[in-house]
Amino acid sequence: MKLKLRVWRQKNAHTPGQFVEYHADNLNPNMSFLEMLDVVNEQIAAKGEEPIAFDHDCREGICGACSCVINGEPHGPHDKVTTCQTYLRSFQDGATVTIEPFRANAFPLIKDLVVDRTAFDRIIQAGGYISVGTGHPPDANSLPVPKPLADLAMDAAACIGCGACVAACKNASAMLFVAAKVSHLNLLPQGQPERDVRALAMVDQMDKEGFGACTVTLSCQAVCPKGISGSFIAKMNRDFLRAMLLNP
Amino acid sequence: MKLDARIPSGPVPQKWSVCKRDLKLVAPNNKRKYEILVVGTGLAGSSAAATLAELGYQVKVFCLQDSPRRAHSVAAQGGINAAKNYQNDGDSVHRLFYDTIKGGDFRSREANVFRLAEVSVNIIDQCAAQGVPFAREYSGYLTNRSFGGAQVSRTFYARGQTGQQLLLGCYQAMLRQAHLGQVRIFPRTEMLDLVVVNGHAKGIVVRDLLTGKISSHAGDAVVLATGGYTNVFYLSTSGRGSNVTAIWRAYKKGAAFANPCFTQIHPTCIPVSGDYQSKLTLMSESLRNDGRVWVPKQPGDKRPPAEIPESDRDYYLERMYPAYGNLAPRDISSRATKRVCDEGRGVGPGGLGVYLDFSDALRRLGRSVIAERYGNLFEMYEEITAENAYETPMRIYPAPHYAMGGLWVDYHLMSNLPGLFVIGEANFSDHGANRLGASALMQGLADGYFILPYTIGNYIATAKQTRPQPDAAEFRESEAEVAATIKRLLAIRGKKTVRQFHKDLGKILWEKCGMARTAAGLQQALKEIPTLREEFWQNVSVPGDDADLNQSLEHAGRVADFFELGELMCRDALARNESCGGHFREEYQTADGECQRNDTEFAHVACWEYRSAQQPPVRHIEPLTFEEAHLAERSYK
Ligand SMILES: Cc1cc2nc3c(=O)[nH]c(=O)nc-3n(C[C@H](O)[C@H](O)[C@H](O)COP(=O)(O)OP(=O)(O)OC[C@H]3O[C@@H](n4cnc5c(N)ncnc54)[C@H](O)[C@@H]3O)c2cc1C
Ligand code: FES
Repeated sequence: MKLKLRVWRQKNAHTPGQFVEYHADNLNPNMSFLEMLDVVNEQIAAKGEEPIAFDHDCREGICGACSCVINGEPHGPHDKVTTCQTYLRSFQDGATVTIEPFRANAFPLIKDLVVDRTAFDRIIQAGGYISVGTGHPPDANSLPVPKPLADLAMDAAACIGCGACVAACKNASAMLFVAAKVSHLNLLPQGQPERDVRALAMVDQMDKEGFGACTVTLSCQAVCPKGISGSFIAKMNRDFLRAMLLNP
Repeated sequence: MKLDARIPSGPVPQKWSVCKRDLKLVAPNNKRKYEILVVGTGLAGSSAAATLAELGYQVKVFCLQDSPRRAHSVAAQGGINAAKNYQNDGDSVHRLFYDTIKGGDFRSREANVFRLAEVSVNIIDQCAAQGVPFAREYSGYLTNRSFGGAQVSRTFYARGQTGQQLLLGCYQAMLRQAHLGQVRIFPRTEMLDLVVVNGHAKGIVVRDLLTGKISSHAGDAVVLATGGYTNVFYLSTSGRGSNVTAIWRAYKKGAAFANPCFTQIHPTCIPVSGDYQSKLTLMSESLRNDGRVWVPKQPGDKRPPAEIPESDRDYYLERMYPAYGNLAPRDISSRATKRVCDEGRGVGPGGLGVYLDFSDALRRLGRSVIAERYGNLFEMYEEITAENAYETPMRIYPAPHYAMGGLWVDYHLMSNLPGLFVIGEANFSDHGANRLGASALMQGLADGYFILPYTIGNYIATAKQTRPQPDAAEFRESEAEVAATIKRLLAIRGKKTVRQFHKDLGKILWEKCGMARTAAGLQQALKEIPTLREEFWQNVSVPGDDADLNQSLEHAGRVADFFELGELMCRDALARNESCGGHFREEYQTADGECQRNDTEFAHVACWEYRSAQQPPVRHIEPLTFEEAHLAERSYK
């Protein structure tokens, strides 16, 4: 099959970027989207030109590195998959495909399709952990956790930190990312002692990083490759309000 | 080259206690004066960085990805072993130790493996306390599954995302220390050289992947936690960025490289579908708890699987290894799979595949139980192959997966270069000639949380070295060498892409140093690889410059090192005239096609010493002795 690609090319943060067209021929519908970019890049490199830069590593939907907006949708047309798990059989032969980076003020562009998502690390750094040092904590089975609770915490913990939620949101809000981590830890008995400070500190850092406010359109939930539920946002809002009231 | 394994005295089960008793300590108020450089943020690096910082050391951490959370440990699916015996099925530290030694075909160091089994129980407690959402029973207690090479259920897991959840646990612990100012993180930064001053590892030279800037960091000790090198085969289950560069440059600075030819080919991966393929996807070994592996009895049987009656199927693992069945260890299962495919009984395109069939389990347990256990793996399989494994069996084939070989370390996890510590998949220590499933995560966290933080203190307390300035002559020289290599790569402007060279190298290694090896094949590879390497340095095309993000340049540097590693792997495989674990030399097999070990001549670790580009490396040995686990034939029948 064939595709016509319109790819955002930008040398670096200081040089203006533009869409560049490429013709990708002799494609196989079983190729992954990134393998298609590899093939195009091989052709570009063979001409001695600079290949399209994009982030990727695991190529199986778990590391959260890959990040393109494909035809206006973060991680492309399919629900609950990442760009690296998108296959060409999802596209029509001969179609035009527009590929852009995740755009948000808090994710400055680095080059082509690569953006800087270190703001997410700084949010976790503000409080996304349980403060237990390495040592001799009690036996793991001394603290049973009801299965439904453990499962719900796992649903939230499944976030891969890719930033699609931010890229999809018209306000570029990071609420779903923050809510997922706050919920994972605040649901568990181990997370209770720091429940309030965690919610306050992480929300505060999110604001400092320049992410927008949440107006609950839930476009984040719609694009999340891990299907993280928007209901965690409501849960975090409750935790946050509770923390504000208890820690005026 | 001096290789002293520093194994403590006393009976094997007491060695770790003896070691800890004798370790010299650094006083709490003195620790902050010392700076430790940790390269790599997988389970090993992140857990070490967090723990060292908690102890009071100043820690700098480096990784290739934009965030430490993306290290390839994140991709581990199936689980982590621990001798908790929560299932009351007869597990114990000794049994986990013995399974691991036997699984490694008696080519690992007993003392290290025993310690690994011993601290395994602490790991689960530590991770549960951090909030790692392990799978639980309705009682609220932790649950287990089984992995290959074990007859007990000792594997803990978090759905199909165990690596991700364990990594997030140590990443978060590390970021907590970053918040407290104890850890500084340098993402998108590649270590390109190790700096040795007065015979001690004292720093690293790195390249900022975004600006191309080359700079030096000096430290009181250097910890390499840079993962495995199976990407040398081009196609593997590793992340695309996984590489050998950090440990390779350390090898060229004098660290011994141990057992480079011990690589693991995992039996259950999605088969290759075309030459555009960029990586191979693992289907977790845990699937073999409920999936049954089979091929048609007759070669060339082209009927769809549903039309092949039971009587025409060969459940070859169950037939050949009745005691372990579908959970026979990886090396053994992979070889059996290769054999049935070589006989023309493979299925799918090119006959390079076998069925992994869940229909019995679906009938027995129902779809919802199977979905609960493996749902995300079934989804992943469907995304890649467009086939629904609830309805038709999966097709799988072996693929390169894990490097048992790595830098040589002593019992303290220190290499022969004082001050250079190596942890996680990057070292050689615990898995011998074959690793059992769910024990790499265990080893990474054992090293990082519970072993290195103790032993590194002993080095710092006794070495009495001062930390050089990062502008010392040794750093300047290293920086100049690194810059010259980059310049050279960019100046070639040849015609063939880096990726094409990488593929060509991978093909040689897969065919001649993969699942089955022969002296003739290895000798042939030892001719082909240098020729290809020469062509690389004449004709590689590396577009762009070194002043901003240049992924081709990064890849080129790594492939250059893979060429040299590939050659060493072949040398090592050729020198080891026996078959053991994943190293199968066709000349050395039993009548029924199993590995024929040669304990008289090869019960040792092969440790390679680099000399120069002109001289071949020298092979040294560390003899292996067995007191607690007696050398025995490794049988799973
Ligand atoms: C698909 C898959 C599934 C697996 N499943 C399991 C399982 O279920 N159970 C199990 O026990 N094991 C499993 N394994 C094996 C296990 O995941 C790995 O062996 C283990 O996670 C390695 O951890 P590590 O910390 O040593 O290295 P990694 O997690 O690979 O981390 C390496 C780090 O080093 C950095 N790095 C590398 N080179 C440089 C450099 N030159 N400069 C700076 N930084 C550098 C990287 O950026 C990264 O941060 C699996 C492996 C794969 C590939
Ligand atoms: S490359 Fe890892 S999630 Fe896509």
